[in-house]
Amino acid sequence: MPDWCASAVLIAVLAAVPALAGEIGPARAAELERLVRHDCGSCHGMTLKGGLGSDLTAERLDGLEPDGLAEIILDGVPGTAMPPWRPLLSEGEALWIAQYLLGAAE
Amino acid sequence: MDRPISARRRRIVAGLGLGLAAGIAPIRIAEGASERSLRGTGDLGIVVERASGSVLIVDQSEYAAIGRVEGLGDLSHASAVFSPDQRYAFIFGRDGGLSKIDILAQNLAARVQQAGNSIGGAISDDGTLVAVSNYEPGGVRVFDAETLVLIADIPAEWPGGLSKTVGLVDAPGRRFVFSLWDAGETWIADFSQGEVPRMTRISGIGANPYDALITGDGRRYIAGLFGEDGLTALDLWQNPPTPRKILAGYGRGEEKLPVYKMPHLEGWALAGDRFALPAIGRHEILWVDAASLSEIGRTATHGQPVFAVARPDGRQVWVNFAHPLNDTLQVIDSPSGEIVATLTPGPATLHMEFTPRGHELWVSVRDAGRIDIYDTATFAKKAEIAAQDPSGIFFTARAHRIGL
Repeated sequence: MPDWCASAVLIAVLAAVPALAGEIGPARAAELERLVRHDCGSCHGMTLKGGLGSDLTAERLDGLEPDGLAEIILDGVPGTAMPPWRPLLSEGEALWIAQYLLGAAE
Repeated sequence: MDRPISARRRRIVAGLGLGLAAGIAPIRIAEGASERSLRGTGDLGIVVERASGSVLIVDQSEYAAIGRVEGLGDLSHASAVFSPDQRYAFIFGRDGGLSKIDILAQNLAARVQQAGNSIGGAISDDGTLVAVSNYEPGGVRVFDAETLVLIADIPAEWPGGLSKTVGLVDAPGRRFVFSLWDAGETWIADFSQGEVPRMTRISGIGANPYDALITGDGRRYIAGLFGEDGLTALDLWQNPPTPRKILAGYGRGEEKLPVYKMPHLEGWALAGDRFALPAIGRHEILWVDAASLSEIGRTATHGQPVFAVARPDGRQVWVNFAHPLNDTLQVIDSPSGEIVATLTPGPATLHMEFTPRGHELWVSVRDAGRIDIYDTATFAKKAEIAAQDPSGIFFTARAHRIGL
């Protein structure tokens, strides 16, 4: 499996998703948080410490750009079990999740 | 041991009228054991409450939760096996915690934090060993079922380091079988000669085995592959077993859909003379001839199957689905492969468990905070039980099933 962090950094460099996370209302934010904990958690663990998928704790993601992380969420990581979530999430929602992950343990 | 004996006496006392009529001397209930304190565990089970680190103890006959045991750590994706006497449940937490709970006393009997990240476990055929499959550190650890003291540590070493292990099952002869996600191997740990396992390593299983099942007779171990279309079967009666690819290329080269939830194979269904298998990245159930292991048909389903579980008699297969289509259950008639019912229990319909003879199905509806109970003949909902973010449901009858 390709190294997840290397992919993340590469995509972070290339990415240019506009910052739209501010458009997520509190109700949708609560749904997204639940999605992260329970559905992303299928692979990454409910506490996000990893499982079949990698560790997504803020400590592990430290230094990554939210936009790059949002790109990974939207397009997945080819060659791994990480699927593209673009069919289910808007770019603004993916960015909200990226920011949530980066700040979750601060 | 008091309780099972007393429970038997209670049944004998209940049949006293007949006994007296036949001239048999009545048997007295043991002093000090009140009628109310006696019960069996054969119709009990547990429900994992994934977010709160607790399990509910449930009574199949009463449609009721009768207790809760807390303090079990991160139970997302947790599973359980049972001691042969059906009194103790061993709970495998995602966070590496292994908990042993006493179903009758409704308390925690033992607990060990045995790894950083885990995925399931198994109990040996003789009930003396409990094995846990770990992602971190990759490998399998085996514990004394009585004390949870470590018996054996089996790091899943491969050239890339330590592989995550998946698909851990028990096999006859005090063996455990598991697969290496990263290495594409299946290993057999044979404890028949004592506490130092004899290892058999089988390579060439395929790319990224993600889960596996063992058939109820303990003979065939079948690993599902995430990294390629197909599955790999091992005949455990062979020594060493030779991998055999089945359903190779079932996706016919088509781009598969994004997989938002890995299917589970533990519930793979032997339905009469055929297996029902979830296709990866497809809205399909694949039917496989149980003797030849060749594909004999497909059923188009509502979404990507997660569990495809046969009713114990094999007549029906019940299927649930991956996010975001996970509010639905479908029931397939095994002989025809036709969908005979589509039910909508509610958001995040995660896990199904049949009563041991299959008259009812219990299903967890996580985001509704409920367990729903369906009649499998009429598909009518008979009852519901409140639970906190319920996921896995495990009935004690599993204690006597190979691979569960």
